[in-house]
Amino acid sequence: MIRTLPQSKSYSIGFKIYIILFFVFLFAPLLITCVLAFNDSIFPALPWKGFTLDWFFSDGPERVGIFHDQINLASIWVSFRTAFFVALLSTVVGTCGAFLFEQETFRFKQLLYFLMLAPLVIPGVILGISILLFSNTLGLFFEGRFGIDISLLRPGFWLVVLGQFSFITTLVTLIVSAQLKKFDYTLEEAALNLGANRFEVIVHITLRFLKPALLGAMAVAFLMSFENFNTTLFLVGSDATLPINLYLQVRDGSTPVINAISFLLIVGTSSLALFNLFIQRDRSE
Amino acid sequence: MKTLAEAKSKLPLFIFLTPILLWLILLIVLPHLDLLRMSFRIENDYGDMVWSVNNYLEFFREPIYWLTFTRTALYAIIVTFLTLCISLPVAFYITKVAPPKFKGFLSLLLLMPFWVSELVRIYGWMILLRESGVVNHFLLRWGVLRQPVEMLYNDVAMTMGLVYTSMLFMVVPLLSVLDSLDDSLIEAAFDLGSSMITIVWKIIIPHAMPGIASGSIVVFMLSLGNYLTPNLMGGKNSLWFTEQIYNQFIASFNWNQGSAFGFLLLIISSLIIFVGLKLTKQKLSGVIQ
Amino acid sequence: MHIDLSVKHVSKRFESFTAVDDVCFEVEKGKFFSILGPSGCGKTTLLRMIAGFEEPSEGNIFIGAQNMADIPPNRRPVNLIFQHLALFPMMNVAENIGFGLARRNESKAEIKKKVADILERVNLPGFDSKKIHQLSGGQKQRVAIARSLVLDPTVLLLDEPLGALDLKLREQMKIELKKLQEEVGTTFVYITHDQSEALVMSDHVAVMNEGRFEQIDRPQNLYSKPASPFVARFVGNNNRLPGTCVGYADGIAELKLTSGETIAAGTERQITPGAQAELFIRPESIIIEPAEELPELNRIQVMVSSILFDGANSQLLATSPALAEEFLISLPQNRQYEHICAGDRVEIGWDFRAGNCFTVP
Repeated sequence: MIRTLPQSKSYSIGFKIYIILFFVFLFAPLLITCVLAFNDSIFPALPWKGFTLDWFFSDGPERVGIFHDQINLASIWVSFRTAFFVALLSTVVGTCGAFLFEQETFRFKQLLYFLMLAPLVIPGVILGISILLFSNTLGLFFEGRFGIDISLLRPGFWLVVLGQFSFITTLVTLIVSAQLKKFDYTLEEAALNLGANRFEVIVHITLRFLKPALLGAMAVAFLMSFENFNTTLFLVGSDATLPINLYLQVRDGSTPVINAISFLLIVGTSSLALFNLFIQRDRSE
Repeated sequence: MKTLAEAKSKLPLFIFLTPILLWLILLIVLPHLDLLRMSFRIENDYGDMVWSVNNYLEFFREPIYWLTFTRTALYAIIVTFLTLCISLPVAFYITKVAPPKFKGFLSLLLLMPFWVSELVRIYGWMILLRESGVVNHFLLRWGVLRQPVEMLYNDVAMTMGLVYTSMLFMVVPLLSVLDSLDDSLIEAAFDLGSSMITIVWKIIIPHAMPGIASGSIVVFMLSLGNYLTPNLMGGKNSLWFTEQIYNQFIASFNWNQGSAFGFLLLIISSLIIFVGLKLTKQKLSGVIQ
Repeated sequence: MHIDLSVKHVSKRFESFTAVDDVCFEVEKGKFFSILGPSGCGKTTLLRMIAGFEEPSEGNIFIGAQNMADIPPNRRPVNLIFQHLALFPMMNVAENIGFGLARRNESKAEIKKKVADILERVNLPGFDSKKIHQLSGGQKQRVAIARSLVLDPTVLLLDEPLGALDLKLREQMKIELKKLQEEVGTTFVYITHDQSEALVMSDHVAVMNEGRFEQIDRPQNLYSKPASPFVARFVGNNNRLPGTCVGYADGIAELKLTSGETIAAGTERQITPGAQAELFIRPESIIIEPAEELPELNRIQVMVSSILFDGANSQLLATSPALAEEFLISLPQNRQYEHICAGDRVEIGWDFRAGNCFTVP
């Protein structure tokens, strides 16, 4: 049954086969996507026609590699900027949230806590349309009442940032809260006792203790933002993020350039994930 | 009781509270109230906006709408159940059966694919399953098939895609909850003469219930609200409810009808989560650790 | 005589509960002062008020000559060794010790020198770059002490810092701590529920109970001349024998026991005949099978109910109709009493002046 108990041979072998099949199921689509990025063919399909780096570096005219594909490069840059701002904003606000719910007491705390959890159970599509509607309502209001046109309220870069921020902050709050729960408050008292003022206590003790969690939360926020599709779909303006851009290409037929982008994404996110893991491990040491 | 913590000023409270209130009110509460308001507005014959429940009536009048709605909810439940059935043995294997030295490695391996964008994962499946895809290529070569078969764009492919996409959110809570299950409980049950099935039903499942509930809620919610997978892997005729919402917003530009649909989706998802929590006797705050 | 710490009529109330009730004491410069009491007696609250983490509801605390009212904890010339030490896990040993110095904006070179000096002093030379989790329990202890001592506080407060250590190490640290205190000459205020820690290390001990000080005295006096029944029972082992006073003369009360026998009970205070009283008698004051010719001895026949063998601390438990509670009697391991078994009847006795008798309030 478990590793400390004797197990029958069929149980043990059957279980192993199941796990192997599961991991094949898990990795097959990713592996095949990566492999076909290097296939010397104009379709992302077998048969294998030889190794090529054309889909990365070719400069046209028949094959345009990703590093020369202006539209895709632009969307990658948009996604980077979006993810950067979302990660920054949500980490700052999420940290405030963690401190608020872990350290402060106030009326309606329970209510606010449930409200904070709500974005986890609201489908991303709904978040997208409700923020679209509200920003539109606000925009119309400002235009009708004061005659000013606020471009921030129209679909576009900042609305995407706000839309993603609205639910990623919940995740950050939960990650940082989990770490703050483990914080031993006598450390703060000890620092005060050794002559630190409140500000120094936060900088040298509390934030330093939270640093791994903050970095981890920031990495998670970055990735969540980078790959978000559902919420972004309704808020995106003229600068499409990478997932939106890829979606349009995949829907309308694909070239191995998408495999090349996927390959880069898989390598990139895996290294970010490993980096995150490394931080966590460093912390638990 | 006047301790140091309470003697200190209210300043930190306001510093922490202000951004949280701004976030929750401006980006969560007000937008959803606006969604509710918009769903009760229609344009009358003179081109003016008036209050009406017509958008909701429209939903019940058109079978395509409520059929899609029911279908979406049912499929989301099926996907959740399948994901649970597939993930539970895997989580059990990694935490309890695999040699301890592989535990970390296997969990890492398990999480790896989910760091990659959903779109890339779906794209991988498309390359595998379509008519000119890799699976067809091998089946033809091995002589299993004589004609290539379109394996994409049907409900089975879509269900599999949804299971694949949301698996992580089931596996992670299951891993953590099974990790906290003391091996000696299983050993004790074994020692007291239980069969494997009894152990699964009486020890493992009850202990894993918080993880099962939290995983199921998230998977259900993500499947219900998914747009990419049904759109790219399912049939081409808009049979997922989020696609109806998208069509109302972007194609027909009927935001009021779209709002009504959006609100209905929100209600059904909250309702099913609520019922699920009641059935499994869990609390939302407990489920989200 | 220079007073380093002076606590004047300090009380602390939490809603209806009084944690510290009108406590007064002074600690001379360079002394080792302990506050001994059971858990929940208010000693931690008192210490936290001195450190500045709690404000007294009434009364004043002076450190040196300065009133501490409204002075925040980070500006007080006292340092606290926390119960669980509160070493900063994200910093190494040198950063921990240098933390307070850095808050005073001392130069890097200065900090480095002081840290090296203090590490030498607590017998941890070269431990600068060690991580906290690499240290043993005793080493953590010394780092915590170094971290506070390096700031040269007027008073060093210690909140049961030895509680988490195992028995052997605790015995060793007791001696080490006492030596260190004598060396550096800093005033120590030490709180503990462990009487042995308090008795071994302190110049003076205050026994605290339910928010009040029962007695402030030298350790020897606490043991031999307890000022209250609580002190008598809390410091060291004691047997209690209740009765009614039927006569008093010259430091000896005559006590009539419930069984009707009358015994002589030594006391420090006048006891009026007719009052309810109780005698406390230490296990080691009781003689087993006393010689016939010994004068001025209370003698009682008892039955041995069991023998508790514990090396040099071996004791026997005895019952008798005359005794309200089971008596603990020291059993010297000098082979003289080897013949005694559980169930035996033996005579015990103690000197008229050996115990301490108190009136029951």
